[in-house]
Amino acid sequence: MADRSDTAAGSGVRSEPWARRLRAGAIVAGVALLAAPPVLPGYALTLLTQILIYAIFAMSLDLLLGYTGLASLGHAAYFGLGAYAVGILSTGHQASFWTCLGAALLLATAVAAVFGLVAIRALGVYFLMITLALGMVVWGLAFRWVSLTMGDNGIAGIARPSLVPGLSLSDPLRFYYLALAAFVLSFAILLRLVRSPFGLSLRGIRETERRMRALGYDVWLHKYLAFVLSGAFAGLAGALWAYYDGFVSPVEVHLVTSVETLLMVAVGGPGTLVGPVVGAAVLVLSKNLLSLYTKRWLLVLGLVYIGVIVLAPKGIVGALRGERR
Amino acid sequence: MSGAPALSVSGLSRSFGGLTAVRNVALDVQPGERRALIGPNGAGKTTLFNIIAGEIPPSEGRVTLFGRDVTRLAPHRRTALGLARTFQVNTLFPSLTVLENLLLAVHGVERTRLHLHRPLAAYGDLCDRARSVLDRVGLSGGEERTVRTLSHGEQRQLEVGMALASSPRLLLLDEPMAGLSRAEAQRFTSLLQELDPAMSLLMIEHDMDVVFGVAERITVLHHGQVVADGTRDEVRRSPLVAEIYLGTG
Repeated sequence: MADRSDTAAGSGVRSEPWARRLRAGAIVAGVALLAAPPVLPGYALTLLTQILIYAIFAMSLDLLLGYTGLASLGHAAYFGLGAYAVGILSTGHQASFWTCLGAALLLATAVAAVFGLVAIRALGVYFLMITLALGMVVWGLAFRWVSLTMGDNGIAGIARPSLVPGLSLSDPLRFYYLALAAFVLSFAILLRLVRSPFGLSLRGIRETERRMRALGYDVWLHKYLAFVLSGAFAGLAGALWAYYDGFVSPVEVHLVTSVETLLMVAVGGPGTLVGPVVGAAVLVLSKNLLSLYTKRWLLVLGLVYIGVIVLAPKGIVGALRGERR
Repeated sequence: MSGAPALSVSGLSRSFGGLTAVRNVALDVQPGERRALIGPNGAGKTTLFNIIAGEIPPSEGRVTLFGRDVTRLAPHRRTALGLARTFQVNTLFPSLTVLENLLLAVHGVERTRLHLHRPLAAYGDLCDRARSVLDRVGLSGGEERTVRTLSHGEQRQLEVGMALASSPRLLLLDEPMAGLSRAEAQRFTSLLQELDPAMSLLMIEHDMDVVFGVAERITVLHHGQVVADGTRDEVRRSPLVAEIYLGTG
């Protein structure tokens, strides 16, 4: 994470104190993420890996939710498609890591490209409903198409991949570095994207679609491209998750997964790239650590969520930047 | 000049349910012409603008821009042909900065609007173009301000700046002076007078000093119909216009 950390400003012209603090924080975090894992206990490494994968997923959703202003309730579909592509190809066909990864990206992108044609026409709450419905279609397939997906039982025994023959990632530490590399790459690409003219156009669409049309933008096209790109990154996260967990089931494509990811974005700070990362960390940590102490960890999480909405509607990162409005 | 009018509207009607907002309107704006569109509230002026800009389709009639029939063309494609408009109510991007607002306007008519691999700051000439608009509309020094922190007058200036930023061939201004102070309106009038003479201007405005100061020709709309069309002196002298528009009947 040597890249300068964007937090929504995006034009890349500003350099305010919080931006410098954040950049410093990102460098410290980057060094820590690179150097600390070899001395971390196994459990901590597991959590860090989970956070990195979910961070990619949450950032992909934020491209829609925070930047473009499109609240999708079916984003787990693309995550799940990526995961299932890996599960099916690696167990049934012993496909290599790169084949599985390519197939996962292709499948998630292609399905997002088709679903986008249906969904992008809808506005506001109708977009929410349509993405929910499309997400349920994928969930239904995962659940019912037993010959391919093993239905409710899920696909077990997905082995950790080898990057090249001989370089196995079965060691958790090596797999962690794969997840870190994928995260840094995704962050860098998305950072470049949100700071580009296209990225600014998404924020314009979020604010005032009508003006965007008058300024010459094909609003549908920009939303559609954002939707497809977002699906691709969700697919990448799903592929990594399948390898990480070794197991894929309809839970991966379930509404609950979509909602959890929305929570990550909302808690961390929508419309920023750092926000979803922070949100992913908060959710993964509270899910795993709180559940050690209480079965009611969801209740605690709910309270945290309400607290964030009331006290910091722009999420944790928004609050740190002093945007409490 | 190709000889074709910048804007030509013929037989244009639009009804909303039982209400006919625009009725059989014909209107031409020649290249370089400054024309004002006046009429009492509810005369159908803004509806006519929305039809010309492509936001709502006409019930009947035809719109051509620079000789091309655009009656069924989407708004963003009309902008690509050289049309720009402002809105009666400020329609800006409130949480973006002034510069980002103008950059959206500048990139909107360039292929760069779809570029996703280079940061905005890398497009130096487009940034310069956005900044030059800043000076023209009197907002220099405010480029990093978030639009929602601007005063109404400043937002009004930006509203016009957004339309100028794309260097249009035909500019539609919908009550640009609404809510401006006397001094601001005067400053704005001279801005409009100094615009590129090759550009065509069609302006809805209630402030008669501005109308007579900027427009050479005036179209009067009443109950959705054109009731007068002529040079500013003809319209100024027309008893009919005085009666329906100025209410001195």
